[in-house]
Amino acid sequence: MRKEAVVLIGLALAASPAAHAIGPGSAAVGIKEFTFAPAALQVRPGTTVTWTNHDEETHTITSTTGAFGSSGLGNDETFAQTFSRAGTYEYFCALHPRMRATVIVQ
Amino acid sequence: MDRLDRRGFLECMAWTGSALVWTSAGGVLSSRMIRPAQAADAPSGGFSFVQISDTHIGFKGQANGDAAATLQQLLDRVNTLRPAPAFVIHTGDQTHGQKPGAFDALAEQLKGVKTERVFYVPGEHDVFLDGGKEYLSRYGKGTVGEHGWQSFDFKGTHFVGLVNVLKYKGEGMGALGQDQIEWLEKDLAPLTSSTPVVVFAHVPLWAVYPQWGWVTEDAERALTSLKRFGSVTVLNGHIHQVMTKVEGNVRFHTAMSTAFPQPAPGAAPAPGPMKIPEADARRMIGVAEVTLVQGGQPLAIVDSILG
Repeated sequence: MRKEAVVLIGLALAASPAAHAIGPGSAAVGIKEFTFAPAALQVRPGTTVTWTNHDEETHTITSTTGAFGSSGLGNDETFAQTFSRAGTYEYFCALHPRMRATVIVQ
Repeated sequence: MDRLDRRGFLECMAWTGSALVWTSAGGVLSSRMIRPAQAADAPSGGFSFVQISDTHIGFKGQANGDAAATLQQLLDRVNTLRPAPAFVIHTGDQTHGQKPGAFDALAEQLKGVKTERVFYVPGEHDVFLDGGKEYLSRYGKGTVGEHGWQSFDFKGTHFVGLVNVLKYKGEGMGALGQDQIEWLEKDLAPLTSSTPVVVFAHVPLWAVYPQWGWVTEDAERALTSLKRFGSVTVLNGHIHQVMTKVEGNVRFHTAMSTAFPQPAPGAAPAPGPMKIPEADARRMIGVAEVTLVQGGQPLAIVDSILG
């Protein structure tokens, strides 16, 4: 009985679309040379996005609406945010406000 | 302005008609201005002060593993100046990312400087987390409306400290804001045009490199109110390299950081700490000594590297 259940679950996963490299519930954004990459990240609701700062300069991830925000991230420091609701979330760096990007949750 | 080697330096200084005294300590060249012959007796009003900038306490990167250590070495150098500087001006980015404890650590280090007073204006690293709350709780007292801007007079020279990192409108450049500009106009109004004026602020007040935010978007009106003065010196930081420009009677100067250098405009994909060996970075960090001699002579700015 258990064996069949495991096989069935395995088949279901294999059939699901858009398998991410990181893992189904997570995504990554890199900060390098004063740029968020990718600039527009598309994820499913419930995904946890992790930002990593590859610059020695401090950067932040600050929502334009105040919905979320990090403190100052140093080199190799990270910030994670789980996006439960669908929507377009614009954010910028509080130190360098020209650095702007989006998380699109759908 | 290029890197300060001895020849380039002497060329720069030649126009002031003044002589330099070079001394060497531990293999590092430093320089002092000596006054022209006729002013050799009682200085009567002449004085010097030091500009330090972008100390970035809390920074740790390839170019510098200990920002507090290089600052200390530079402050020890400042303490050998004779006569001692009348005061020190810090043109911002005291901390790196408002790291907890950094403000305290810097204040402690500056207590060791042999000078009467230290004046401060904030950099974006000092205010971005909380809109300036922490910075102003420490350095807002005594400033106009406790907003951080201020002016004072010293031996006939008028000094103005401006804040241009609290009004970012998403353009990523410095901004003064209406209220500060209006205050500046009123502050300057009673002065005679022959009063020497020194303005200090973090982000350059002229367009060094707008693509990287190295400009103050609303400085135009502020600079207009300074145009009538016979001698204006603008001291800035933010770009972590010496850059100078003369426009009429206004002389602009940006100081080196005491922590790490940044690339020349456009010389890299982005600004930020240069990733170079510490030994090389030491030749690109330092402080500036500013000397005023009475008698309508231009003031002298000497940038010294740590080396």
